[in-house]
Amino acid sequence: MQPLITISHVEKSFGTMPVLRDISMTIAKGECACIIGPSGSGKSTLLRCINGLVPVTSGSILVDSIEVNDPHLDKLALRRKVGIVFQQYNLFPHKTAIQNIAMAPIHVLNRPKDEAYENARRLLAKVKLSEKADAYPGELSGGQQQRVAIARSLAMNPMVMLFDEVTAALDPETKKEVLFTIRDLAAEGMTCVLVTHEMGFASEVADHVYFTDGGRIVEAGTPTEIFKAARNERTRAFLSQVL
Amino acid sequence: MRPVQSSSLPVLLTPNRTARDPLPSLTAIIQSRLLFVSLLGTFFISCGISAAYSAAGAQPSLSILDVLLKWAPLVFGGFLFNIAVSIASMALGTASGLLLGLGQISPSRPISKTSWFLTQFFRNSPWLVLLFFAMFLLPFDLKIGSVTVPLPAWFKAIIGLALPVMANVAEIVRGGIKSIPLSQWESAESLAFSRRQILWQIILPQAFKRMIPPWMNLYAILTMATTLISVVGIQDSMTLTKAALVAEGRLDLYLPFYMMLLLMFFAYCYPIARLTQSLESRVAVKF
Repeated sequence: MQPLITISHVEKSFGTMPVLRDISMTIAKGECACIIGPSGSGKSTLLRCINGLVPVTSGSILVDSIEVNDPHLDKLALRRKVGIVFQQYNLFPHKTAIQNIAMAPIHVLNRPKDEAYENARRLLAKVKLSEKADAYPGELSGGQQQRVAIARSLAMNPMVMLFDEVTAALDPETKKEVLFTIRDLAAEGMTCVLVTHEMGFASEVADHVYFTDGGRIVEAGTPTEIFKAARNERTRAFLSQVL
Repeated sequence: MRPVQSSSLPVLLTPNRTARDPLPSLTAIIQSRLLFVSLLGTFFISCGISAAYSAAGAQPSLSILDVLLKWAPLVFGGFLFNIAVSIASMALGTASGLLLGLGQISPSRPISKTSWFLTQFFRNSPWLVLLFFAMFLLPFDLKIGSVTVPLPAWFKAIIGLALPVMANVAEIVRGGIKSIPLSQWESAESLAFSRRQILWQIILPQAFKRMIPPWMNLYAILTMATTLISVVGIQDSMTLTKAALVAEGRLDLYLPFYMMLLLMFFAYCYPIARLTQSLESRVAVKF
């Protein structure tokens, strides 16, 4: 089967500082991939490269046969296929929850308003926030904001969802709400790429786990291979600190 | 640049209030403001001092208050003209300043560089010099085909004052836009919004709220600066006050007359300053 995302030999440097070195991975449709590793190992940059927020220096990223590393890249077409959720939620503070969700479908996909709002209401129900439709982001807790942010990305009907440390700013309780939402998404067959420090969650939902350090993929495998029987010294050292 | 704070305005007396306060009602401003009372007091004391002068000079003439009342309508008419000029300059300056501010953040380098240069040039020039430039560089009339449109002096003065306003508005717009975190751009971009959509639907609606206080601040400064047009020979409240004083030819009238003019501007600008202050604290609390 043709993989949905093919990353081959991607290099990225900020100035003279290399952030990603020779990254290659493939992600199949419906797969849930988790990227773990210490801070500054380039995990977030890799996600941003996948949806074209950060241009790569060399190498190739194919998302559903769109080449991201192409000067003539149609960024808007790429971003309609790729949803991303950030650590700091980044909701639009001047719009209510439901407006946040319906905005992009109305203005970017030119959907009729009624249809967009109906879909937004359905998505709010999916993330269990129906009663907060008319609340502004400032009136929502971190976990609620993050679930709205997930619904906002889903409203664009993406083929793949990227999650960039989405629970890092949340307390253990609200973390759970968000993680359950992501788990349900993965169970429904949504292709997910997660950058996360939640090892328990990664071992539960991931099909593949990638351990990165210093801009390289140090080790990759199934959750059992990585968490139970890591072969690499560096992986074992990292996991012994966090598990 | 951070948005201009209103603390540069001569607003006194109220301690820093952090709570969200209601917009001050007009009566509240007049009743509770010691400043206003003391200004009025100064006005009448100056009348008194001048009266003492004139008693010493033994001039058989009208009392100071009678003279003031005689000329007040004329001076007030001139004052209304100042207000009209300030509104027109502000409108012109805001429209062009908005374009210039947006130009500064344009992705096109020639546009952003030109906008930056124009902004810096007009922002760092004395207002009076710009006014002279406008008065003497603009032609007396414009020939558009066979039609000749005269450019009256007041119109040129409006343009002259609009130039520094434009540059300051440009900075307010740029500062307002820059004050919105980059993460807002990033998340909008990732939702496939185009640059124009991001600017007009996500960034500017948030930035406008922050631009309003410094914009009002600028308007109050402009209103006070409109008296500069008297220097280039336009009949405003300042010119008329001077003319009235010449006509009366009494030294004892100088203080009360200029005090009256000051009071008119104060009564107009002070509420604006108060409103700016309370709007500012609202915006501050919101974030």
